[in-house]
Amino acid sequence: MAAAAKGSTPLLSIKGLTASAGDLEILKGIDLDVYAGEVHAIMGPNGSGKSTLANVLAGRPDYTVTGGEVLFDGQDLLKLEPEIRARMGLFLAFQYPLELPGVRAWQFLKAGVDARRVHNGEEEMSAREFDQMLKAKVEQIQIDPELIKRAVNEGFSGGEKKRNEILQMAVLEPKLALLDETDSGLDIDALRIVSDGVNLLRTPENAVVLVTHYQRILNYITPNQVHVLFDGRIVRSGGPELAHELEEKGYDWIKEAVDAGV
Amino acid sequence: MTSAPAKYAQYLADFRSLVQGPGANAPAWLRDLRDNAWSTFNEIGFPTARRGNERWKYTNVAPIAKTGFGLAPSPATANGSKAVAPTYKLEGPAVYDLVFLDGHYSPELSSPAAGPSGVTAASMASAALDNAFDLESQVGRYAPADDDGFAALNTAFLHDGAYIHVADGHTEKVVVRLSYVTVDSTEPKVTYPRTLIVAGSNTDITVVESYSGPKDSVYFTNAVTEISVGEGARIDHYRLLLEGDRSFHVGTNRVKQERDSSFNSASFTLGTTLARNDLEVLLDGPGAYCSLNGLYLTADNQHIDNLISIDHAKPHCTSRLNYKGILDGKSRAVFGGTVLVRRDAQKSDAEQTDKNLILSTQAEVDSKPSLLIYADDVKCNHGATAGHIDADTLFYLRSRGLDLDAASRMLIHAFASEIINTVKPEALREHLDTIFSAAIPNKSLPVAKAR
Repeated sequence: MAAAAKGSTPLLSIKGLTASAGDLEILKGIDLDVYAGEVHAIMGPNGSGKSTLANVLAGRPDYTVTGGEVLFDGQDLLKLEPEIRARMGLFLAFQYPLELPGVRAWQFLKAGVDARRVHNGEEEMSAREFDQMLKAKVEQIQIDPELIKRAVNEGFSGGEKKRNEILQMAVLEPKLALLDETDSGLDIDALRIVSDGVNLLRTPENAVVLVTHYQRILNYITPNQVHVLFDGRIVRSGGPELAHELEEKGYDWIKEAVDAGV
Repeated sequence: MTSAPAKYAQYLADFRSLVQGPGANAPAWLRDLRDNAWSTFNEIGFPTARRGNERWKYTNVAPIAKTGFGLAPSPATANGSKAVAPTYKLEGPAVYDLVFLDGHYSPELSSPAAGPSGVTAASMASAALDNAFDLESQVGRYAPADDDGFAALNTAFLHDGAYIHVADGHTEKVVVRLSYVTVDSTEPKVTYPRTLIVAGSNTDITVVESYSGPKDSVYFTNAVTEISVGEGARIDHYRLLLEGDRSFHVGTNRVKQERDSSFNSASFTLGTTLARNDLEVLLDGPGAYCSLNGLYLTADNQHIDNLISIDHAKPHCTSRLNYKGILDGKSRAVFGGTVLVRRDAQKSDAEQTDKNLILSTQAEVDSKPSLLIYADDVKCNHGATAGHIDADTLFYLRSRGLDLDAASRMLIHAFASEIINTVKPEALREHLDTIFSAAIPNKSLPVAKAR
């Protein structure tokens, strides 16, 4: 893996982030720096807050940020509307992608690409240029070309929906991709497609935050860092070996260690 | 001819000038039909929302009754009207284009294909004079003028319109486009378009019936369409209401289906101050199938009323009813859908839905789907929803960079596209997509409460 350019400014810098859903406090103080070129895996048991973290970063209105700050590409992320975050190059692959009956994949993707281009002071992409780009991405991701002729996710299987998220990611070329349990419920073939998609995106300019419950996807994507989230806090950080340790020992080990104050 | 109440004086004067003037040459049966219809109208008049009149409970036609609509002088000239002809092209081995100005067939603007034998697509005024067509036994058969003031008035003024007939066993697909255009004028005027479509057994007809007129003039279209779908025949029927913003439109549509026939309709309504689409389908032979789709988009003070009734009179028939509305401003939509399953109509299969997207707190919809089932072995369901956009869906779009307005437009368009996509001719589908896309208001959708 390309060594991260430490010493420069992180692409994403989270300090003391706390957030709640209704009266329930879920994130209790998250600190995390992600540099361009890095892949971070965030693991943790159910209910630890890992999906909340990804969704708060993307701006889902269901959550209220109660404290802390997040800088993305030098900007105060938490002040920005979700669409502005997207246009700046932040992408969330949804855990449960929504079906959009009547919205063509083509139309949906082009709207996203154009919104970002206009935000960056560029012209909208011509239909022809977009067609060519989309075709290339479809081949690259190895997704069934029939899927993009249909309405977004309508009647797709769970695996097809996840693959479609990866296609969207490839088309939108984010600076920072947040994958919210994209690997859950995938068979080996789908997992490989998702992993290949992430690895394709991996350049010195981009970063990926993988939120996952399982170590399995890390057989295909080697992270620079693994963090364990527990009860709204990052309780362990380490290299890829941490994921293997979790795989062997399970999450109870973490719980016991935290309870013991280790 | 009896005397008319003073409020119908204008109609009486126009009726006299029609029957003594351009309508005087009509065959005796047509003159009798008109006289009887006038008597009926004179007796029952325009409907009112009086107690017990369920058919007109939510729609007040007083603005029509009060305005002195005069019969359009005939025939209107095609002067400067080239622009009114449809711009999209329909494909097919035999495409008949019939244009009517102020209710009168316009030979200059029409291009009836040189028809193969077995196909008639002609002006009703001329067909009525030709005994070979036997209009006498067909006109008024499906839409009788005896209990409906608007149908009676249309019949009293029956002079021209479209007559489409495809003979039994004519297998080549026939495509007909009927464009009823009201020409601009300073006085409020009324036209009475009349359409009769008779599909012989095992025939296949596509009819695009469109109504349009000047944007800023007050006028009234009182249309009647009668359709007979023969055994094993198929009709795809598209009804485009693209009238001016200040217009009034009442359309009475009656369909009778024989055994194993198929009737697929899509109705599109845009514009008009007050529009009433009244559609009744009689499934009169086993194995008949109908699919009735509709899309209406209302704004300002518009009032759109869709009243649909499907009569499962025979066993083994299937009906699908799916209407959708997009309401803005202070507009109001009324949807009345009734499916009647008669006692002997076993194995009937009926579904009806009406979904509305309400974009303004002042817009209102009255949706009354109902099922009247007298048979015991049937599969029927219905539903009506007044929709908001799900907050998660909106966030999904925003997370891809679309702002609230763009996301709303995309989702409203998606809502409409389910109906637009039922349109089979590609050019027509694209034409409708373009005009409905342009009509989608620029505003953010109300969002259902986040989970």
